[in-house]
Amino acid sequence: MAVKAQAQPMVSDRSSLGTLRQVLAPIGQILIFVIGGSLLLGTIVVMLALALQAGQANLLNGVVSVLPLVIIDGLVLGFLYATIALGYTLVYGVLEFINFAHGEIYMVGAFVGGGLGIWLASQGLLATMHPLIFVVIAVFVAMLASGLLAVGIERFAYRPLRGAPRLVPLISAIGVSLVLQDLVRLIAGPARFNLRYPTLNLGGRIPLFEMSTAAGTNLRVSIDNQSLIFIITSLLMLVALNYLINVTKLGKAIRAVAQDRPTASLMGINVNLIIALTFFVGGALGGGAGVLFGIKYSTVNPYIGFIAGLKAFTAAVLGGIGNITGAMVGGIVLGLLEAFVSTYLTLFTNGRLSGPDYASVASFLILIGILVFRPSGLLGEAATQKV
Amino acid sequence: MALLELQNVHTFYGNIHALKGISLAVNEGEIVTLIGSNGAGKSTTLRTISGLLSPRQGQVLLNEKRIDTLPSHEIVKLGISQSPEGRRIFPRLTVLENLEMGAYIHSRRDPQYRADLERVLDLFPRLRERVSQKGGTLSGGEQQMLAIGRALMSRPRILLLDEPSMGLAPILVDQIFRIVQDINKQGTTILLVEQNALMALGVAHRGYVLQTGQILLSDSAKSLSQNEMVQKAYLGMD
Repeated sequence: MAVKAQAQPMVSDRSSLGTLRQVLAPIGQILIFVIGGSLLLGTIVVMLALALQAGQANLLNGVVSVLPLVIIDGLVLGFLYATIALGYTLVYGVLEFINFAHGEIYMVGAFVGGGLGIWLASQGLLATMHPLIFVVIAVFVAMLASGLLAVGIERFAYRPLRGAPRLVPLISAIGVSLVLQDLVRLIAGPARFNLRYPTLNLGGRIPLFEMSTAAGTNLRVSIDNQSLIFIITSLLMLVALNYLINVTKLGKAIRAVAQDRPTASLMGINVNLIIALTFFVGGALGGGAGVLFGIKYSTVNPYIGFIAGLKAFTAAVLGGIGNITGAMVGGIVLGLLEAFVSTYLTLFTNGRLSGPDYASVASFLILIGILVFRPSGLLGEAATQKV
Repeated sequence: MALLELQNVHTFYGNIHALKGISLAVNEGEIVTLIGSNGAGKSTTLRTISGLLSPRQGQVLLNEKRIDTLPSHEIVKLGISQSPEGRRIFPRLTVLENLEMGAYIHSRRDPQYRADLERVLDLFPRLRERVSQKGGTLSGGEQQMLAIGRALMSRPRILLLDEPSMGLAPILVDQIFRIVQDINKQGTTILLVEQNALMALGVAHRGYVLQTGQILLSDSAKSLSQNEMVQKAYLGMD
């Protein structure tokens, strides 16, 4: 018997190389959508510029010279949507329920990070620490606060309604989101309704590359530190999430609960604990995104969660709700699209239509289009695994 | 002393009285089978033992300790494991991940985990060939093997099997039942729920016949298979 057992190949845990591939594969997918989306949208605007050039002098030059900035803006917005969208998609994957209070969890994260910054500044501590240290601390504290908030909301507003018809927890979620908005407004008071993040001395812009344009001028492309921090931090959060979900025992338990709750409990998995942890992870990602938003755009208010939440929800649906890679990809595509519409609509209509005002219109048209024509989302049902 | 004992258990689905006072006992080392037709309450009995349903009246005892008040994830830790009706494997987890979930209550660093894994893959060589395949891509028979293997991964003292022959080709049914006997010989007590009474009574030591939520008969498997009523109603003999 023993000899026979030895002759058979041992089943080893997935090799570390395989693990690495599994964790990094979604990053590859994101990269493909980043490059593909930028190329596609870039080509479209250049073609449009060529078509419209007759009427406007130097249009092509103008279009090309802002293109790198638009792409960077789009990526920042995209990673913002992606990180928030993960909270929707994680919870949907496990409970098939849209947590409409998630936008407010993100907003609370933004306020916690800003509040921490203001407090540190008032103690004179902020000036003594490296700005990057502050970023790391603020992100962690906000992740913790938002994660715990999400767990609390699940415990008191959703768990008691778990057996109820689907509409009931949804209404509860909308109620929670209104309560959170006004609660934060109350705590912040009129003086801090628009909460300003302390100014961080993160240094100047980092040059990326130079290119010469057709008109003979030199175009210098650079990225500001806030955007760079935004993109790098959210990428790190996405990699960490992938590791958690695909490699750890906890992540596998989350997926098992998502697929079959009673059977998961037959395995000895404490289903309520896993659901709470899922809310924690989703909430923490939202809180982290809130701080990054505050650092990049410097002012936050108690109502930023509403539109950001709707956009992130759109991103989650765009990528395929319940699908983790889909949420990231959906966020990036949506962010790029909004940045392009915002800049180029103004440019092409010579200022007659204000691009930023129409960017949301484009997003929500996408949402309607996806729901009508491809409800399973960009990455579809079968393309990649759900939670 | 019985390893597992049910005393006058009443279980309801809402207002439907599914189990009407079930009392039964499973001794260490036995294969005990519950036979009966559709809706007799066989699966409900197993779901009550595992804690997925809680009895409104009566007790479930493991080693003379009450377990019917515990949640199902605690009951697994006490040594009761179930391969549920309809197999219920995790379709989007791989075969290996499904087995890992079966061993959820044990640490992956536990040296015994490796041995458990090898034992299950020796029992079901088909699973060894498919370790990295998604559960949902397996055939019905392979899924059944995975469900049983997964239940074994928690190292149970008593294994609850719910209709392991359902939907399988006769040759596979034979194979599954032979493996069930092997598992029992290796020291695991088994409570087997079956509609295929002929096969079930062939491998079991004792059996209970269930009808509309009550126990109609209980006897050794041999006597049950010679019982005229059982032969008529469940073994298809005239």
